[in-house]
Amino acid sequence: MDLDPEGIFRDDSDSDAEFHEEKEATKDLAVYLIDASPKMFAPVTAPDNAENGTYFHVVIDCISQSLKSQIINRLNDEVALCFFNTKEKKNLQDLNGVYVFNVEERDFLDQPTAKLIKEFSSIENIFMNNIGSRYGILPGSRDNSLYNALWVAQALLRKGSAKTASKRILIFTNEDDPFGSMTGAIKADMIRTTLQRAEDAKDLGISLELLPLGSLDEEFNLSKFYAEMIGLEGDELVQYLPSANEKLMDMKDQLRKRIFNKRKVRTLTFSIINGISIQVNTYALIRPTLPGATIWLDSVTNLPLKIEKSLICADTGALIEGRPKLFHSYKNQRVLFSVDQISEIKKVSNYHLRLLGFKPIDCLKDYHNLRPSTFIFPTDEEIIGSTRIFIALYRSMLHLKRFALAFYGSSSSSRLVALVAQDEIVNSGGQLEPAGMHMIYLPYSDDIRDAEQYHISVDAAVPRASDDQIQKASALMKQINLENFSVLQFANPALQRHYGLLQVLALDEDEMPDFKDETLPDEKGLARRTVFHALEDFKVAVYGQNHDQEETEHMAAKASGSEATRKRKMIANKATGESAKYDWEDLAENGKLKDLTVVELKFYLTAHNLPVTGKKDALISRILTHMGK
Amino acid sequence: MARNKEAMIFLIDVGPSMHSVLPEVGKLIFAKSDLVGIVLFGTKDTNNELEKEVGGYEHVFVLRDIGVVDEADLETLNLPRGTFPGDFLDAIVVGMDMLIKKFNPKEKLKKCLHLITNAQCATKEPYEGTKVDQAVTIAHQMNAQGISLNCLIFREKLWGVENQQVIDENDKLLNQFSQQAVANIVHVDSTTSLLGAIKARRINPVTIFRGDLELSSTMKIKVWVYKKTAEEKFPTLKKYSDEAPTRDKYATHEVKVDFEYKIMEDPDKIVPPEQRIKGYRYGPQVVPISASEWEAAKVKLKKSVKLLGFTKASNISRHYYMKDVNIFIPEPGNTKAIIAVSALARAMQEKNRSAILRCVWREGQGKVVVGVLTPNLSSVDKIPDSFYFNVLPFAEDVREFQFPSLSKFSSCQPDEKQQEAADDFVKMLDLTSSNRKELLQPEYTPNPVLAQFYRFLDLKSKDPGSDIPELDNSLKKIAEPDFDILSRNKSITNHFEKQFELKENSKKRKLSRHAWRGKPSVSDEKEVGKEGEVPETQSASLVKALPSTNVEKIGDLNPVQDFEAMMKRRDSSKWTSKAIKEMKSYIIYLLENSFEGHSYQKAIECLIALREGCILEQEPREFNDFLLDMCKKWSKTDLADFLSLMPSKNITLISKIEAADSDLTEAAAKNFPATFNESPD
Repeated sequence: MDLDPEGIFRDDSDSDAEFHEEKEATKDLAVYLIDASPKMFAPVTAPDNAENGTYFHVVIDCISQSLKSQIINRLNDEVALCFFNTKEKKNLQDLNGVYVFNVEERDFLDQPTAKLIKEFSSIENIFMNNIGSRYGILPGSRDNSLYNALWVAQALLRKGSAKTASKRILIFTNEDDPFGSMTGAIKADMIRTTLQRAEDAKDLGISLELLPLGSLDEEFNLSKFYAEMIGLEGDELVQYLPSANEKLMDMKDQLRKRIFNKRKVRTLTFSIINGISIQVNTYALIRPTLPGATIWLDSVTNLPLKIEKSLICADTGALIEGRPKLFHSYKNQRVLFSVDQISEIKKVSNYHLRLLGFKPIDCLKDYHNLRPSTFIFPTDEEIIGSTRIFIALYRSMLHLKRFALAFYGSSSSSRLVALVAQDEIVNSGGQLEPAGMHMIYLPYSDDIRDAEQYHISVDAAVPRASDDQIQKASALMKQINLENFSVLQFANPALQRHYGLLQVLALDEDEMPDFKDETLPDEKGLARRTVFHALEDFKVAVYGQNHDQEETEHMAAKASGSEATRKRKMIANKATGESAKYDWEDLAENGKLKDLTVVELKFYLTAHNLPVTGKKDALISRILTHMGK
Repeated sequence: MARNKEAMIFLIDVGPSMHSVLPEVGKLIFAKSDLVGIVLFGTKDTNNELEKEVGGYEHVFVLRDIGVVDEADLETLNLPRGTFPGDFLDAIVVGMDMLIKKFNPKEKLKKCLHLITNAQCATKEPYEGTKVDQAVTIAHQMNAQGISLNCLIFREKLWGVENQQVIDENDKLLNQFSQQAVANIVHVDSTTSLLGAIKARRINPVTIFRGDLELSSTMKIKVWVYKKTAEEKFPTLKKYSDEAPTRDKYATHEVKVDFEYKIMEDPDKIVPPEQRIKGYRYGPQVVPISASEWEAAKVKLKKSVKLLGFTKASNISRHYYMKDVNIFIPEPGNTKAIIAVSALARAMQEKNRSAILRCVWREGQGKVVVGVLTPNLSSVDKIPDSFYFNVLPFAEDVREFQFPSLSKFSSCQPDEKQQEAADDFVKMLDLTSSNRKELLQPEYTPNPVLAQFYRFLDLKSKDPGSDIPELDNSLKKIAEPDFDILSRNKSITNHFEKQFELKENSKKRKLSRHAWRGKPSVSDEKEVGKEGEVPETQSASLVKALPSTNVEKIGDLNPVQDFEAMMKRRDSSKWTSKAIKEMKSYIIYLLENSFEGHSYQKAIECLIALREGCILEQEPREFNDFLLDMCKKWSKTDLADFLSLMPSKNITLISKIEAADSDLTEAAAKNFPATFNESPD
């Protein structure tokens, strides 16, 4: 049902598909456990007080955002939304303090639907009335809401085999000491049983992840409880701790990034020199998101259609079984190949990735690009020591400002690639660029065009800008400066509209949501006085004083003066004259148009400014259509 | 629109100094319906009209007069080897003469001469004036006739000093052309680059966009946008049907692909095209939308290229470039545009800035592209400055996965020595050494897959039964590291190897062999075997045996080291006998599981180690008996060829001289296995 009808027509559709899509063999099953205790409804302490909102709000916002991107990008992933520390309860086990949020036509753990996202994102309005918040672990009661929540989550994740699905429980909380209010033997007992519950989940192949929310005056202390529950030690503990959450925005960014499960595309063997091969994982960090696949439906029943492809011999009409041979026309003959031969030709190297050498980074030109890059990160999973060699080479490359040239061979494409070391970049919002290497696919000489030389000037040298003109350009640049430009700041307007429309139709809404194209230039900014002056200065410097006037004159001259237009006009005049000699109405009525010659028919068409291409039949039908017959 | 026709004459130097590369030059491929002529120079014979008319111009041979390439002509050129030093000036004049005679100057036609030479041979002294004058005259004449020149100059290594003068003079002459006429000179220094520089297919330039680059609503620059790179895809092959009877001469042998749309639940029912509607997925839901509804809802944008602003070049990392690259050139012939682009490009270069643009290439399309403009300053006087344009991702296109910081893997940090070894290694494997051109520059590196395909296509057209040719050396250099560099710096690579240790993770499933050891490439070590088969010859792996005291078993990875380590163990005498026993059974395992002799090499290595070990430990009988047993067991089987291999590897029985306990004389020992075969017990 996932068939993309357009995809079938492509000859080697697998190659592109392989490149753009990560292998979806494993799907992600996630249960979001959201703490709904009164503490979560405290405002986030922001130093400037400009932003406000509760912890709860931050979490709901982040999850809604990630659901929205999941519904676009990750169709097969399933998710359950589960609150704990609630007044009401709703779960299959009927445990106290746990509420699984859901909408109609959907299992607790299922793909997100448009309706789910819509209701979930506005849940704050109804939360207090319908679900309610209260502490679930209180002295004097033996209730343990965290334990219950883990139990519910684990039960939900019973679905799907551990081989084909990655299962995760994500806990969102700002309480670092859930059993703080308890004392004595009861506390110890509760901690023990909760840890045991977590351990059980891990044994079932479920990974537990904590998304802690700290505040400025009170850092989230992992060692109080959660470090033990998640099973963190030493190094890992440091990695886990979020940097101080100073701003609401940053906190949102960090959460959002961590919600995604990172998926590798594949594991590559990277041959450094003969005899030394290390292993690296590849990740598709940047890939164009396309409007999702379409499915053919029967318009009467709206049932999905199955497409059956059959090969038919053009000569005999017989059905061809199996994979036919392939041919290519060459020197007036058909040269035949078997499918195996073609794949053998494509396999130039037996290596996944083979190092050829190093080059200074400036040898990598701006036009050495064909496709989005792939990120590579070492793994010691199968060959211990890979990471160490990778780090050593990575440091040398950063330090010596070199990139590595390697040959990347796969069944569908063999390319030279540049491996560019990327230093880690971190700001308050978390990691901006992870450390590792980017694999950039280089063109071959066959792929590079000498476009500069298409219009090489025959006589003298072409003019260059003078220093003054360059200076004016510099001044202009200073005025129209995007200081903190980031490639992430624009949403794709076409895609947004596409999904906006789908959402309206899916939810039977009436109005098209308001839609803003973020990619349009800042007209107001450009109209500012300083900017305007810089633009005018530059314009005068390169074009001279009277540019606009010259341009209008030039256009006018072009419109009337050019030989081609004059000729065209002449023909049109002539055609009108000729056309007037015929009684077209009469000819058409009596079906006599076909007795005229093509030249004669064209008189009519030219006179009425219609296209004159096509066969005689087409011309006649065009005339008839024009006359309204 | 009819495409611009191009008339080309190839002037190919076939003189003695070019012989080594002629096979590569012969791989020129022409596009159908191009007008092509071929002139050779440096030939023994002479065949050209100028010689007949005015004399001179010897050793220039017109192989093929200008004519349309029809498919029958697409033969790989079989270039004769000339015996005279070629004079490229003569060749240029002959080529020019052919073009002038053939075509009416009014005809709209691109005329181009392609010169392929090494320009190492002196040109003849002209009758009057200097050589430079002569070159200038020719260049002017070319200009007047609208003929352009493409020179491909191949020099593998520098020649002797006596030649240097000639080379310098020739370069000066050629430079006259690039100054005075429309000429483009490319130097290449390896056969790989030569292959890359001879492009297989010339592409007709088509603009993506012609119009204004809008800095603002009042300030616009007229630009044309072309593709700078575009992936040259593997040719689409048609499916072949052999259903038609062989005597049917008019059979097309083509295959039609037929699609049927059926309801999933009811596979017998075929849904006609007009009853189909497209469904768009949104989560688990499928939303049916008809084409007309879709059309109505679609936004139609105005064609435009607008500036959003400038930003620091470092704000846009290289890895964000999404697609093939476009080039913005100022509208040809428009001086104002040329200057405006030049001013911006130079200012951007100077201040290290990039420009961000929003582009809608065509009127009415719904897609918007945001991308980055980077300056491309021209070093050639005749080519205006321009910009490169790369598409950037939208927010939806980026997946912000978090990775642990590399510095946080405390157990995997290289120590100082290792880091130093890595530094040396990176410096050593430099592909841009000062005395050569940059190796494997994308501009001069051909696509090995396409080159292989066309070669195979040509072979197959002559003999349908032919096999896929092996990668020749010039192509192999693209997929494999340069052996010269590696062997010249053996000490650095060895040091690097020694510094690092790789180990298979025993907890994980056993890896298939190829996954982790250097797997021999098909081309250079065919004899070694296919992947997945038991052992391999390459013992040069980084894997070091565990510290010798711990070795208790002979493993599959380094049997020789394991054996040696066990033999050296002194903590108990049982290790020696255990090692010998295990080694024996390992060798037998190797040979018995060998497929077409793939593991012989490894078995030989093990056998040598076993022999040495037995001599060292004075256990000659163990070895001799083992060897004799093997002979007895296998002399009649297909492993007999292994036995016959042994003498050549100096594997003989152990004689008295080597180990006192042996009861064999040296001669008797050496005679093995011949002795054995002659007198079977």
